[in-house]
Amino acid sequence: MATSIQNISLSGKKKQVSHKEMTFWERLYLVAIIKGLLITIKHFFRRKATIHYPEQVREFSPVYRGKHTLKRDEQGRENCTACGLCALTCPAEAITMKAAERKPGEEHLYREEKYAEIYEINMLRCIFCGLCEEACPKDAIYMTISKELVPAQYDREDFIYGKDKLVMPLEVAMANTKNLN
Amino acid sequence: MDSALIIEKSIFIVVIFAVTMLMAMYSTWAERKVAAFLQDRVGPNRAGWGGLLQPLADGLKLFAKEEFEPNTPNKFLFFVGPGVAMATALITSAVIPWGDKLEIFGRTVILQATDIDVSLLYIFGVISVGVYGIMIGGWASNNKFSLMGAVRAASQMVSYEVAMGLSIIALLMMSGSLSLRAITEQQHGMDWNVFYQPVGFLIFLICAFAETNRTPFDLAECESELIGGYHTEYSSMKMGFYLFAEYANMFISSTILAVLYFGGYNYPGMDWVGIHWGTNIATLIGIAVLFVKICAFIFFYMWVRWTIPRFRYDQLMNLGWKILIPLSIINIMITGICILAFK
Repeated sequence: MATSIQNISLSGKKKQVSHKEMTFWERLYLVAIIKGLLITIKHFFRRKATIHYPEQVREFSPVYRGKHTLKRDEQGRENCTACGLCALTCPAEAITMKAAERKPGEEHLYREEKYAEIYEINMLRCIFCGLCEEACPKDAIYMTISKELVPAQYDREDFIYGKDKLVMPLEVAMANTKNLN
Repeated sequence: MDSALIIEKSIFIVVIFAVTMLMAMYSTWAERKVAAFLQDRVGPNRAGWGGLLQPLADGLKLFAKEEFEPNTPNKFLFFVGPGVAMATALITSAVIPWGDKLEIFGRTVILQATDIDVSLLYIFGVISVGVYGIMIGGWASNNKFSLMGAVRAASQMVSYEVAMGLSIIALLMMSGSLSLRAITEQQHGMDWNVFYQPVGFLIFLICAFAETNRTPFDLAECESELIGGYHTEYSSMKMGFYLFAEYANMFISSTILAVLYFGGYNYPGMDWVGIHWGTNIATLIGIAVLFVKICAFIFFYMWVRWTIPRFRYDQLMNLGWKILIPLSIINIMITGICILAFK
Protein backbone atom coordinates (compact mmCIF):
# COMPACT_ATOMS: atom_id res chain seq x y z
CA MET A 1 0.00 0.00 0.00
CA ALA A 2 1.32 3.41 -0.92
CA THR A 3 2.11 5.73 1.99
CA SER A 4 -0.51 8.39 2.29
CA ILE A 5 0.54 11.96 1.60
CA GLN A 6 -0.04 12.94 5.24
CA ASN A 7 2.79 10.76 6.48
CA ILE A 8 5.47 12.01 4.12
CA SER A 9 8.07 14.26 5.73
CA LEU A 10 10.68 15.49 3.27
CA SER A 11 12.53 17.51 5.88
CA GLY A 12 12.39 14.72 8.46
CA LYS A 13 11.22 17.25 11.03
CA LYS A 14 7.51 16.62 10.78
CA LYS A 15 5.83 16.10 14.12
CA GLN A 16 2.36 14.79 14.77
CA VAL A 17 0.36 17.16 16.94
CA SER A 18 -1.01 15.36 19.95
CA HIS A 19 -3.69 16.42 22.34
CA LYS A 20 -2.79 14.05 25.13
CA GLU A 21 -3.44 15.02 28.72
CA MET A 22 -0.46 16.64 30.41
CA THR A 23 1.12 14.65 33.19
CA PHE A 24 1.35 16.01 36.70
CA TRP A 25 4.95 17.16 36.26
CA GLU A 26 4.11 18.88 32.99
CA ARG A 27 1.18 20.68 34.57
CA LEU A 28 3.35 21.80 37.46
CA TYR A 29 5.29 23.98 34.98
CA LEU A 30 8.27 24.15 37.35
CA VAL A 31 10.19 21.45 35.47
CA ALA A 32 9.67 23.32 32.22
CA ILE A 33 10.89 26.53 33.85
CA ILE A 34 14.06 24.83 35.09
CA LYS A 35 14.67 23.40 31.61
CA GLY A 36 14.24 26.86 30.13
CA LEU A 37 16.59 28.38 32.69
CA LEU A 38 19.23 25.79 31.83
CA ILE A 39 18.93 26.65 28.14
CA THR A 40 19.33 30.38 28.74
CA ILE A 41 22.27 29.94 31.11
CA LYS A 42 24.05 27.96 28.39
CA HIS A 43 23.77 31.03 26.19
CA PHE A 44 25.22 33.14 28.98
CA PHE A 45 28.59 31.45 28.54
CA ARG A 46 28.44 31.11 24.79
CA ARG A 47 30.70 33.13 22.50
CA LYS A 48 28.98 36.38 21.56
CA ALA A 49 27.99 37.02 17.97
CA THR A 50 28.59 40.78 18.23
CA ILE A 51 31.15 42.47 16.00
CA HIS A 52 32.37 45.63 17.74
CA TYR A 53 31.82 47.72 14.65
CA PRO A 54 34.12 50.71 14.49
CA GLU A 55 37.02 48.70 15.92
CA GLN A 56 36.26 45.40 14.23
CA VAL A 57 35.00 45.19 10.70
CA ARG A 58 33.24 42.20 9.28
CA GLU A 59 35.05 40.67 6.32
CA PHE A 60 33.51 41.73 3.03
CA SER A 61 32.49 39.30 0.34
CA PRO A 62 34.50 39.73 -2.89
CA VAL A 63 31.39 40.91 -4.71
CA TYR A 64 30.19 43.21 -1.92
CA ARG A 65 29.05 46.62 -3.18
CA GLY A 66 30.19 49.32 -0.78
CA LYS A 67 31.61 52.82 -1.16
CA HIS A 68 32.58 53.74 -4.71
CA THR A 69 36.18 54.16 -5.74
CA LEU A 70 37.42 56.08 -8.77
CA LYS A 71 40.35 54.01 -9.91
CA ARG A 72 43.81 55.05 -11.02
CA ASP A 73 45.83 53.12 -13.56
CA GLU A 74 49.19 51.48 -12.88
CA GLN A 75 51.03 54.80 -13.27
CA GLY A 76 48.74 56.54 -10.82
CA ARG A 77 46.66 58.43 -13.39
CA GLU A 78 42.91 58.78 -13.05
CA ASN A 79 40.96 56.51 -15.38
CA CYS A 80 37.78 58.56 -15.50
CA THR A 81 37.19 60.59 -18.66
CA ALA A 82 33.92 62.16 -17.56
CA CYS A 83 31.95 60.50 -20.34
CA GLY A 84 28.85 60.58 -18.16
CA LEU A 85 27.70 57.03 -18.84
CA CYS A 86 27.54 56.23 -15.13
CA ALA A 87 25.37 59.28 -14.49
CA LEU A 88 23.18 58.28 -17.43
CA THR A 89 22.69 54.74 -16.25
CA CYS A 90 22.22 55.60 -12.58
CA PRO A 91 18.59 54.77 -11.74
CA ALA A 92 18.70 56.94 -8.62
CA GLU A 93 20.16 60.05 -10.24
CA ALA A 94 22.92 60.05 -7.68
CA ILE A 95 25.93 60.89 -9.86
CA THR A 96 26.85 64.25 -11.27
CA MET A 97 30.06 65.50 -12.87
CA LYS A 98 31.71 68.29 -14.79
CA ALA A 99 34.25 67.54 -17.50
CA ALA A 100 37.44 69.49 -18.13
CA GLU A 101 40.25 69.35 -20.68
CA ARG A 102 43.69 68.14 -19.68
CA LYS A 103 46.30 70.90 -19.87
CA PRO A 104 49.85 70.22 -21.03
CA GLY A 105 51.94 69.07 -18.10
CA GLU A 106 49.07 67.21 -16.48
CA GLU A 107 49.72 63.93 -18.29
CA HIS A 108 50.90 62.29 -15.07
CA LEU A 109 47.52 63.08 -13.45
CA TYR A 110 44.91 62.07 -16.02
CA ARG A 111 45.15 59.22 -18.51
CA GLU A 112 43.23 60.80 -21.39
CA GLU A 113 42.66 64.30 -22.74
CA LYS A 114 39.40 64.76 -20.88
CA TYR A 115 38.86 64.25 -17.16
CA ALA A 116 36.27 64.90 -14.47
CA GLU A 117 36.89 68.23 -12.79
CA ILE A 118 34.04 67.65 -10.39
CA TYR A 119 32.65 64.21 -9.69
CA GLU A 120 30.01 63.86 -7.00
CA ILE A 121 27.91 60.98 -5.76
CA ASN A 122 25.05 61.64 -3.39
CA MET A 123 25.20 58.66 -1.06
CA LEU A 124 21.68 59.34 0.21
CA ARG A 125 20.34 58.79 -3.30
CA CYS A 126 22.63 55.94 -4.24
CA ILE A 127 20.99 52.53 -4.01
CA PHE A 128 24.26 50.61 -4.43
CA CYS A 129 22.92 48.71 -7.45
CA GLY A 130 26.27 48.65 -9.26
CA LEU A 131 24.97 49.78 -12.62
CA CYS A 132 27.63 52.54 -12.75
CA GLU A 133 30.32 49.87 -12.53
CA GLU A 134 28.74 47.97 -15.40
CA ALA A 135 28.32 51.07 -17.56
CA CYS A 136 31.85 52.40 -17.18
CA PRO A 137 33.84 51.88 -20.41
CA LYS A 138 37.10 53.09 -18.89
CA ASP A 139 37.36 50.74 -15.92
CA ALA A 140 37.16 53.77 -13.65
CA ILE A 141 34.43 53.26 -11.05
CA TYR A 142 34.32 50.27 -8.73
CA MET A 143 32.22 49.48 -5.69
CA THR A 144 34.01 46.34 -4.58
CA ILE A 145 37.56 47.51 -4.00
CA SER A 146 37.14 50.10 -1.24
CA LYS A 147 35.99 47.47 1.29
CA GLU A 148 34.26 50.31 3.13
CA LEU A 149 30.72 51.24 4.03
CA VAL A 150 29.35 54.74 3.78
CA PRO A 151 29.24 55.78 7.45
CA ALA A 152 26.45 57.68 9.17
CA GLN A 153 26.66 61.49 9.27
CA TYR A 154 24.77 64.29 10.97
CA ASP A 155 24.37 66.55 7.92
CA ARG A 156 22.87 65.80 4.55
CA GLU A 157 25.68 67.76 2.89
CA ASP A 158 28.20 65.33 4.28
CA PHE A 159 26.70 62.54 2.22
CA ILE A 160 27.65 64.19 -1.06
CA TYR A 161 30.99 62.58 -1.77
CA GLY A 162 33.36 64.52 -3.99
CA LYS A 163 36.58 63.47 -5.64
CA ASP A 164 38.46 63.95 -2.38
CA LYS A 165 36.63 60.95 -0.93
CA LEU A 166 36.07 58.90 -4.07
CA VAL A 167 39.38 58.84 -5.94
CA MET A 168 41.66 56.05 -4.92
CA PRO A 169 44.62 57.45 -2.95
CA LEU A 170 47.82 57.62 -4.97
CA GLU A 171 49.79 55.53 -2.51
CA VAL A 172 47.28 52.71 -2.77
CA ALA A 173 47.46 52.80 -6.56
CA MET A 174 51.26 52.70 -6.50
CA ALA A 175 51.26 49.88 -3.99
CA ASN A 176 48.92 47.93 -6.25
CA THR A 177 51.27 48.52 -9.17
CA LYS A 178 54.21 47.28 -7.14
CA ASN A 179 52.33 44.11 -6.29
CA LEU A 180 51.60 43.53 -9.96
CA ASN A 181 55.27 43.67 -11.00
CA MET B 1 19.82 57.90 74.23
CA ASP B 2 23.30 59.36 73.94
CA SER B 3 24.47 61.53 71.06
CA ALA B 4 27.05 58.97 69.93
CA LEU B 5 24.24 56.53 69.22
CA ILE B 6 22.39 59.11 67.16
CA ILE B 7 25.52 59.90 65.13
CA GLU B 8 26.23 56.21 64.68
CA LYS B 9 22.71 55.48 63.49
CA SER B 10 22.66 58.53 61.20
CA ILE B 11 25.89 57.47 59.52
CA PHE B 12 24.60 53.94 59.19
CA ILE B 13 21.30 55.08 57.64
CA VAL B 14 23.12 57.30 55.13
CA VAL B 15 25.40 54.41 54.20
CA ILE B 16 22.45 52.06 53.75
CA PHE B 17 20.66 54.65 51.63
CA ALA B 18 23.74 55.10 49.45
CA VAL B 19 24.24 51.36 49.10
CA THR B 20 20.60 50.83 48.14
CA MET B 21 20.82 53.56 45.51
CA LEU B 22 24.10 52.17 44.19
CA MET B 23 22.69 48.66 44.00
CA ALA B 24 19.56 49.93 42.21
CA MET B 25 21.72 51.90 39.78
CA TYR B 26 23.96 49.02 38.97
CA SER B 27 21.00 46.66 38.75
CA THR B 28 19.94 48.57 35.65
CA TRP B 29 23.41 48.03 34.23
CA ALA B 30 23.39 44.38 35.28
CA GLU B 31 19.95 43.86 33.80
CA ARG B 32 21.11 45.06 30.43
CA LYS B 33 24.30 43.06 30.63
CA VAL B 34 22.52 39.85 31.69
CA ALA B 35 19.87 40.33 29.02
CA ALA B 36 22.55 40.78 26.42
CA PHE B 37 24.60 37.81 27.55
CA LEU B 38 21.58 35.51 27.62
CA GLN B 39 20.84 36.58 24.05
CA ASP B 40 24.43 36.13 22.77
CA ARG B 41 25.11 39.86 22.69
CA VAL B 42 27.60 41.95 24.70
CA GLY B 43 25.38 44.72 26.09
CA PRO B 44 26.43 48.27 26.95
CA ASN B 45 30.20 48.55 26.63
CA ARG B 46 30.95 52.09 25.47
CA ALA B 47 30.58 54.25 28.59
CA GLY B 48 33.49 53.35 30.84
CA TRP B 49 35.13 49.97 31.21
CA GLY B 50 32.56 47.29 30.34
CA GLY B 51 29.88 49.99 30.23
CA LEU B 52 30.20 50.64 33.97
CA LEU B 53 29.40 54.34 33.58
CA GLN B 54 26.20 53.53 31.70
CA PRO B 55 23.88 54.09 34.72
CA LEU B 56 25.36 57.58 35.17
CA ALA B 57 24.78 58.33 31.51
CA ASP B 58 21.21 57.03 31.78
CA GLY B 59 20.54 59.13 34.86
CA LEU B 60 21.97 62.23 33.21
CA LYS B 61 19.80 61.60 30.18
CA LEU B 62 16.66 61.23 32.31
CA PHE B 63 17.43 64.46 34.17
CA ALA B 64 17.98 66.34 30.94
CA LYS B 65 14.79 65.11 29.28
CA GLU B 66 11.79 67.34 28.81
CA GLU B 67 9.21 66.99 31.56
CA PHE B 68 5.88 66.21 29.98
CA GLU B 69 2.61 66.36 31.87
CA PRO B 70 -0.64 65.01 30.53
CA ASN B 71 -3.72 67.21 30.74
CA THR B 72 -4.96 65.79 33.99
CA PRO B 73 -7.00 67.32 36.78
CA ASN B 74 -4.78 65.55 39.30
CA LYS B 75 -1.48 67.33 38.89
CA PHE B 76 -0.61 66.86 42.54
CA LEU B 77 -1.27 63.12 42.55
CA PHE B 78 0.62 62.83 39.29
CA PHE B 79 3.62 64.19 41.19
CA VAL B 80 3.07 62.13 44.33
CA GLY B 81 2.92 58.74 42.54
CA PRO B 82 6.62 58.28 41.75
CA GLY B 83 7.55 59.79 45.11
CA VAL B 84 5.50 57.24 47.02
CA ALA B 85 6.89 54.41 44.93
CA MET B 86 10.45 55.54 45.61
CA ALA B 87 9.96 56.27 49.31
CA THR B 88 8.38 52.91 50.08
CA ALA B 89 11.10 51.15 48.12
CA LEU B 90 13.75 52.83 50.27
CA ILE B 91 12.34 52.69 53.81
CA THR B 92 12.08 48.90 53.86
CA SER B 93 15.82 48.70 54.33
CA ALA B 94 15.53 50.16 57.85
CA VAL B 95 14.83 46.86 59.59
CA ILE B 96 17.13 44.56 57.67
CA PRO B 97 20.09 43.18 59.62
CA TRP B 98 23.03 43.80 57.29
CA GLY B 99 25.56 42.17 59.55
CA ASP B 100 26.25 41.03 63.10
CA LYS B 101 28.12 43.62 65.17
CA LEU B 102 31.29 45.60 64.71
CA GLU B 103 33.52 46.90 67.50
CA ILE B 104 34.82 50.36 66.68
CA PHE B 105 36.61 52.53 69.30
CA GLY B 106 35.29 50.35 72.11
CA ARG B 107 31.69 50.76 70.97
CA THR B 108 29.58 47.87 69.79
CA VAL B 109 27.87 48.89 66.58
CA ILE B 110 24.90 46.79 65.57
CA LEU B 111 24.59 46.75 61.81
CA GLN B 112 20.90 47.44 61.60
CA ALA B 113 19.12 50.77 61.46
CA THR B 114 16.52 49.65 63.98
CA ASP B 115 15.74 46.28 65.48
CA ILE B 116 12.01 46.49 66.09
CA ASP B 117 10.15 43.40 67.28
CA VAL B 118 7.66 43.46 64.44
CA SER B 119 10.12 44.11 61.60
CA LEU B 120 8.53 41.50 59.36
CA LEU B 121 5.10 43.07 59.80
CA TYR B 122 6.67 46.46 59.17
CA ILE B 123 8.08 45.23 55.86
CA PHE B 124 4.74 43.82 54.80
CA GLY B 125 3.03 47.06 55.72
CA VAL B 126 5.48 49.14 53.71
CA ILE B 127 5.26 46.84 50.71
CA SER B 128 1.46 47.16 50.76
CA VAL B 129 1.81 50.95 50.73
CA GLY B 130 4.13 50.57 47.74
CA VAL B 131 1.22 49.66 45.50
CA TYR B 132 -0.26 53.11 46.16
CA GLY B 133 2.59 54.70 44.22
CA ILE B 134 1.61 52.72 41.17
CA MET B 135 -2.12 53.15 41.77
CA ILE B 136 -1.98 56.92 42.28
CA GLY B 137 0.38 57.46 39.37
CA GLY B 138 -1.61 55.31 36.99
CA TRP B 139 -4.90 56.87 37.99
CA ALA B 140 -3.68 60.46 37.86
CA SER B 141 -2.23 59.96 34.39
CA ASN B 142 -5.72 60.28 32.89
CA ASN B 143 -4.92 57.52 30.41
CA LYS B 144 -6.73 54.25 29.82
CA PHE B 145 -3.55 52.22 29.49
CA SER B 146 -2.12 53.68 32.69
CA LEU B 147 -5.30 53.00 34.59
CA MET B 148 -5.42 49.45 33.29
CA GLY B 149 -1.81 48.88 34.35
CA ALA B 150 -2.49 50.39 37.76
CA VAL B 151 -5.58 48.25 38.32
CA ARG B 152 -3.70 45.16 37.30
CA ALA B 153 -0.80 46.01 39.59
CA ALA B 154 -3.14 46.61 42.51
CA SER B 155 -5.16 43.42 42.14
CA GLN B 156 -2.03 41.39 41.48
CA MET B 157 -0.26 42.71 44.55
CA VAL B 158 -3.29 42.27 46.79
CA SER B 159 -3.80 38.66 45.71
CA TYR B 160 -0.15 37.69 46.00
CA GLU B 161 0.28 39.35 49.36
CA VAL B 162 -2.13 36.81 50.83
CA ALA B 163 -0.08 33.85 49.68
CA MET B 164 3.11 35.62 50.71
CA GLY B 165 1.81 36.25 54.20
CA LEU B 166 0.63 32.65 54.55
CA SER B 167 4.01 31.30 53.46
CA ILE B 168 5.63 33.51 56.08
CA ILE B 169 3.33 32.17 58.80
CA ALA B 170 4.86 28.72 58.42
CA LEU B 171 8.27 30.32 58.90
CA LEU B 172 7.08 32.26 61.93
CA MET B 173 5.76 29.07 63.53
CA MET B 174 9.31 27.76 63.44
CA SER B 175 11.10 30.93 64.49
CA GLY B 176 8.58 32.18 67.04
CA SER B 177 9.63 35.77 66.39
CA LEU B 178 8.85 38.54 63.94
CA SER B 179 12.22 40.21 64.44
CA LEU B 180 14.47 39.77 61.44
CA ARG B 181 17.55 39.74 63.66
CA ALA B 182 16.15 36.90 65.74
CA ILE B 183 15.23 34.98 62.59
CA THR B 184 18.73 35.49 61.22
CA GLU B 185 20.41 34.44 64.44
CA GLN B 186 18.40 31.20 64.49
CA GLN B 187 19.92 30.28 61.13
CA HIS B 188 23.44 30.16 62.55
CA GLY B 189 26.08 28.61 60.30
CA MET B 190 24.41 26.48 57.68
CA ASP B 191 21.15 26.03 59.60
CA TRP B 192 19.21 27.90 56.93
CA ASN B 193 15.42 28.02 56.81
CA VAL B 194 15.30 26.97 53.18
CA PHE B 195 16.19 23.41 54.22
CA TYR B 196 13.21 23.28 56.60
CA GLN B 197 10.77 25.29 54.45
CA PRO B 198 11.45 24.45 50.78
CA VAL B 199 7.79 24.80 49.77
CA GLY B 200 7.40 27.97 51.78
CA PHE B 201 10.50 29.36 50.09
CA LEU B 202 9.13 28.52 46.64
CA ILE B 203 5.81 30.22 47.38
CA PHE B 204 7.58 33.24 48.82
CA LEU B 205 9.88 33.43 45.78
CA ILE B 206 6.97 33.33 43.33
CA CYS B 207 5.10 35.96 45.32
CA ALA B 208 8.21 38.12 45.48
CA PHE B 209 8.34 38.07 41.67
CA ALA B 210 4.72 39.18 41.60
CA GLU B 211 5.20 41.84 44.28
CA THR B 212 8.10 43.45 42.45
CA ASN B 213 6.19 43.37 39.14
CA ARG B 214 8.92 41.40 37.43
CA THR B 215 8.50 39.01 34.52
CA PRO B 216 6.67 36.57 34.34
CA PHE B 217 4.25 38.73 36.37
CA ASP B 218 4.97 42.15 34.85
CA LEU B 219 1.35 42.65 33.85
CA ALA B 220 1.41 46.16 35.30
CA GLU B 221 3.88 47.29 32.66
CA CYS B 222 3.17 44.81 29.94
CA GLU B 223 4.83 46.65 27.02
CA SER B 224 3.17 44.60 24.31
CA GLU B 225 -0.41 45.33 25.33
CA LEU B 226 -0.39 48.36 27.64
CA ILE B 227 2.46 50.40 26.08
CA GLY B 228 4.13 51.07 29.44
CA GLY B 229 1.29 50.35 31.85
CA TYR B 230 1.16 52.73 34.79
CA HIS B 231 4.13 54.82 33.64
CA THR B 232 2.96 55.36 30.06
CA GLU B 233 2.45 59.10 30.63
CA TYR B 234 5.56 59.66 32.69
CA SER B 235 8.71 61.19 31.34
CA SER B 236 12.00 62.57 32.55
CA MET B 237 13.07 61.80 36.11
CA LYS B 238 9.56 60.91 37.28
CA MET B 239 9.76 57.97 34.92
CA GLY B 240 13.28 57.40 36.23
CA PHE B 241 11.90 57.28 39.77
CA TYR B 242 9.45 54.53 38.85
CA LEU B 243 12.14 52.49 37.14
CA PHE B 244 14.53 53.16 39.99
CA ALA B 245 11.92 52.16 42.55
CA GLU B 246 11.41 48.90 40.70
CA TYR B 247 15.11 48.09 40.94
CA ALA B 248 15.31 49.22 44.55
CA ASN B 249 12.36 46.91 45.28
CA MET B 250 14.16 44.09 43.57
CA PHE B 251 17.22 44.69 45.74
CA ILE B 252 15.14 44.81 48.92
CA SER B 253 13.14 41.70 48.09
CA SER B 254 16.35 39.84 47.26
CA THR B 255 17.64 40.92 50.65
CA ILE B 256 14.49 39.70 52.40
CA LEU B 257 14.73 36.36 50.58
CA ALA B 258 18.35 36.05 51.64
CA VAL B 259 17.62 37.00 55.25
CA LEU B 260 14.49 34.89 55.73
CA TYR B 261 15.46 31.72 53.92
CA PHE B 262 19.17 31.77 53.13
CA GLY B 263 20.61 32.69 56.49
CA GLY B 264 21.27 36.40 55.98
CA TYR B 265 24.83 37.10 57.08
CA ASN B 266 25.39 33.55 58.34
CA TYR B 267 27.91 31.35 56.63
CA PRO B 268 29.47 27.98 57.45
CA GLY B 269 32.57 28.31 59.62
CA MET B 270 31.62 31.69 61.08
CA ASP B 271 32.41 30.58 64.64
CA TRP B 272 35.89 29.45 63.66
CA VAL B 273 36.56 32.78 61.94
CA GLY B 274 35.18 34.64 64.95
CA ILE B 275 37.49 32.84 67.38
CA HIS B 276 40.66 32.89 65.28
CA TRP B 277 40.48 36.19 63.39
CA GLY B 278 38.29 38.30 65.67
CA THR B 279 34.63 39.26 65.59
CA ASN B 280 35.13 42.29 63.34
CA ILE B 281 36.54 40.22 60.51
CA ALA B 282 33.85 37.59 60.99
CA THR B 283 31.23 40.35 60.72
CA LEU B 284 32.81 41.87 57.63
CA ILE B 285 32.89 38.47 55.94
CA GLY B 286 29.25 38.09 57.00
CA ILE B 287 28.31 41.36 55.25
CA ALA B 288 30.14 40.23 52.13
CA VAL B 289 28.35 36.88 52.26
CA LEU B 290 24.99 38.61 52.57
CA PHE B 291 25.74 40.75 49.54
CA VAL B 292 26.85 37.72 47.55
CA LYS B 293 23.50 36.09 48.36
CA ILE B 294 21.63 39.27 47.41
CA CYS B 295 23.49 39.55 44.11
CA ALA B 296 22.77 35.90 43.38
CA PHE B 297 19.05 36.55 43.89
CA ILE B 298 19.15 39.68 41.74
CA PHE B 299 20.84 37.66 39.03
CA PHE B 300 18.14 35.02 39.41
CA TYR B 301 15.44 37.66 38.96
CA MET B 302 17.07 38.77 35.73
CA TRP B 303 17.75 35.24 34.56
CA VAL B 304 14.07 34.38 34.97
CA ARG B 305 13.00 37.61 33.28
CA TRP B 306 14.88 36.74 30.11
CA THR B 307 13.71 33.12 30.12
CA ILE B 308 9.99 32.95 30.83
CA PRO B 309 7.25 34.69 28.85
CA ARG B 310 4.58 36.73 30.62
CA PHE B 311 1.57 35.02 32.19
CA ARG B 312 -1.90 35.73 30.92
CA TYR B 313 -3.98 37.69 33.40
CA ASP B 314 -6.40 34.88 34.24
CA GLN B 315 -3.48 32.47 34.62
CA LEU B 316 -1.91 34.88 37.08
CA MET B 317 -5.06 35.03 39.19
CA ASN B 318 -5.53 31.26 38.98
CA LEU B 319 -2.00 30.68 40.17
CA GLY B 320 -2.38 33.11 43.04
CA TRP B 321 -5.77 32.18 44.39
CA LYS B 322 -6.27 28.55 43.40
CA ILE B 323 -2.77 27.14 43.73
CA LEU B 324 -0.47 29.24 45.92
CA ILE B 325 -2.94 30.00 48.72
CA PRO B 326 -4.12 26.38 49.21
CA LEU B 327 -0.52 25.22 48.92
CA SER B 328 0.63 27.64 51.59
CA ILE B 329 -2.20 26.57 53.90
CA ILE B 330 -1.18 22.94 53.45
CA ASN B 331 2.38 24.03 54.15
CA ILE B 332 1.28 25.63 57.41
CA MET B 333 -0.52 22.44 58.44
CA ILE B 334 2.45 20.22 57.65
CA THR B 335 4.77 22.59 59.51
CA GLY B 336 2.48 22.46 62.53
CA ILE B 337 2.37 18.66 62.49
CA CYS B 338 6.16 18.48 62.20
CA ILE B 339 6.64 20.91 65.10
CA LEU B 340 4.28 18.82 67.25
CA ALA B 341 5.98 15.57 66.29
CA PHE B 342 9.64 16.57 66.66
CA LYS B 343 9.69 19.14 69.46
